[in-house]
Amino acid sequence: MSSLTMGNRFGQNTSVQSSSNRPNTLTSGHRACQGCGEGLAARCAIDAAFTAAKGKIAVVNATGCLEVVSCSFPDNSWNVPWIHSLFGNTAAVASGVAAAFKNKGQTDVRVIAQGGDGGTTDIGMGCLSGMFDRNDDVLYICYDNQAYMNTGVQRSSATPALARTATTMPNSHYNGSDPETGKNVPDIAMAHGIPYVAVASVGNIHDLERKVAKAINIRGAKYIQIHCPCPLGWGFPTAETIRIARLALKSGMYPLFEAENGALVGSTPIEDQIPVEEYLRVQKRFAHLFGKNEVPEDIGILQKIANRNIEKYRLGGV
Amino acid sequence: MLYQLEGSQAVARAIALCRPEVVCAYPITPQTHIVEGVGELVRSGQLENCQYLNVESEMAAISVAIGSEAAGVRSYTATSSQGLLYMMEAVYNASGLELPIVMTLGNRAIGAPLNIWNDHTDAMSARDAGWLMIFAENNQEAADLHIQAFKIAETLKCPIMVCMDGFILTHAYEKVNLPEQSEVDEFLPHYEPAFALNPKKPCAIGAMVPTTEFMEVRYLAHLRQLEAKTVIEKVGREFSARFKRNSGGLIRTYHTEEAETIIVAMGSVLGSIKDTVDGLNQASGCDRYGVMSVVSYRPFPDEQIREALKNAKRVIVVEKAFALGRGGILSREIELALKGFDIEIITVIAGLGGRVITKTMLSEVFRKPKDKLIFLGLREDVIRQEYKTVLDERRA
Repeated sequence: MSSLTMGNRFGQNTSVQSSSNRPNTLTSGHRACQGCGEGLAARCAIDAAFTAAKGKIAVVNATGCLEVVSCSFPDNSWNVPWIHSLFGNTAAVASGVAAAFKNKGQTDVRVIAQGGDGGTTDIGMGCLSGMFDRNDDVLYICYDNQAYMNTGVQRSSATPALARTATTMPNSHYNGSDPETGKNVPDIAMAHGIPYVAVASVGNIHDLERKVAKAINIRGAKYIQIHCPCPLGWGFPTAETIRIARLALKSGMYPLFEAENGALVGSTPIEDQIPVEEYLRVQKRFAHLFGKNEVPEDIGILQKIANRNIEKYRLGGV
Repeated sequence: MLYQLEGSQAVARAIALCRPEVVCAYPITPQTHIVEGVGELVRSGQLENCQYLNVESEMAAISVAIGSEAAGVRSYTATSSQGLLYMMEAVYNASGLELPIVMTLGNRAIGAPLNIWNDHTDAMSARDAGWLMIFAENNQEAADLHIQAFKIAETLKCPIMVCMDGFILTHAYEKVNLPEQSEVDEFLPHYEPAFALNPKKPCAIGAMVPTTEFMEVRYLAHLRQLEAKTVIEKVGREFSARFKRNSGGLIRTYHTEEAETIIVAMGSVLGSIKDTVDGLNQASGCDRYGVMSVVSYRPFPDEQIREALKNAKRVIVVEKAFALGRGGILSREIELALKGFDIEIITVIAGLGGRVITKTMLSEVFRKPKDKLIFLGLREDVIRQEYKTVLDERRA
């Protein structure tokens, strides 16, 4: 990781990750793949939360890559109180943890639930919506790598249009994941009117840390979704994780924004928008859209999505 | 103090006496009045220092309890039937994580066909989930068992299901003697687990366990179930000594010493069975019939059952669930407990989906069981007609 990646700037803008006394909530030795976006995002997010909550956090983890790589008996990479229960009940378990600390009068202990996009947007959606509905004092972090990576790259409701996964293999009849499918969970979270919703990316660690630090001390339900490129699942070299995350940001394919009580309050403008093609071409999951079978309309579908994001989340600046 | 209460309200008050710190509620008939009752006690301030969460599903109800128990506070929820199946993944998880959740199961049939009435199919679906499972015979015992349940569960670090028959108990008004708060506080002190989520002492709960340790983990859970027999008996004795009332334990016997035929059952049907047996014994002038109640279904008290039944010639197991294509479930367990003894075992499947069980029906089947497997009150004319239709359709 380059120093830029880690937000290693001088002065007061120094990131938690670049600080010499970063908390190391997720220590080295875990089994994440080389170049894993989720591992990086989790470490940055939980370190930032730990720092902002003065060390008083408890983490509930959904089944998935992050859980499997970080806590496999007898090894454990977590330096914080941590529990893994199941795949689809993470938000509810976190609600229970928060209720327990509340009843003990320990509301200074901040509760985090975390999972992948499968555990959040698909199987965990019911419990997540319930946690939002009750406005339970939990920060839910979704590490979005846009498919079920732990089981071998199957489609989730966060998989982008036309992406190849093991269950949306392109062939002469099908062209990757069907367009016009999928769900926008940040929007769904906003529709619950919860105090805070944000979208972040490993392509912008400063912003990620700031959002987590802000969210962790807000009372009530919070949702942060973090874009985490997956070298294995998306098909790109392991050194490219951050570059690809940034291409997603620059193209408008992954809009960074914040919302409070259901209303958009801020977004990260795109300075020099790039065509989505630049983001798509470097990933094997979109390789079928290029080369001899290339159909301009396909790229057009994804470009429209990017353009819509830019308009909807006001990424074009004022 | 004596109260005239609906079973569900009695249980709700017993729960409140145990001072749970987190209660999660999701409605499902026939359990609903219990969580309503607890909610009312929380909102009126009679149950203080308790978080009451209205959750969105049974999966969430048990999961919230998993979270709160993991953070070290006494937690309670209740369910029935489909609700138990809906939360089943987390039911196994709670026992695997060694979290002493107390859950009431208001026993009800499982659909399809949809049926809200009482039987034990729901409980039987969870028999291997690693929970302790105890069955109440009446509302007094339902209240008492809940107070004991917290103590048993917290001693063993194992979740416990207190089963009470839907409607027959949950909705029945009976006299129930509820202890004073101070008495319960002495019997059941504040819960402070040694091991919980705590930022001052970080620990990881719920790690993935590889093949090299998984069998050992399961075997230790097995040992805990065996150990539970001692704990359930001990807590039952302590309860009786303190509250001057016999409730709980592993099994209970009724006129079994001289009996040639012993009826075995779980739950509320034991009342009708005892009445029936009294009638039969009075008519014959001696105790030819006896009754054995299985209070603890998990752990299954083989030794105690063997001791209670060993002198009988015939054991009739009346059960409210069965394994399709196979027969009785409780019967098979009784059969296993009596292996090596020359005792005839008759299975009577009764009361499925709330089918009425009368003393006349019981009396007849106790006196002259016509088969090894009997379906009490089965409408054979309906079966003949429907089965013929099925066969005709298949031929066509």
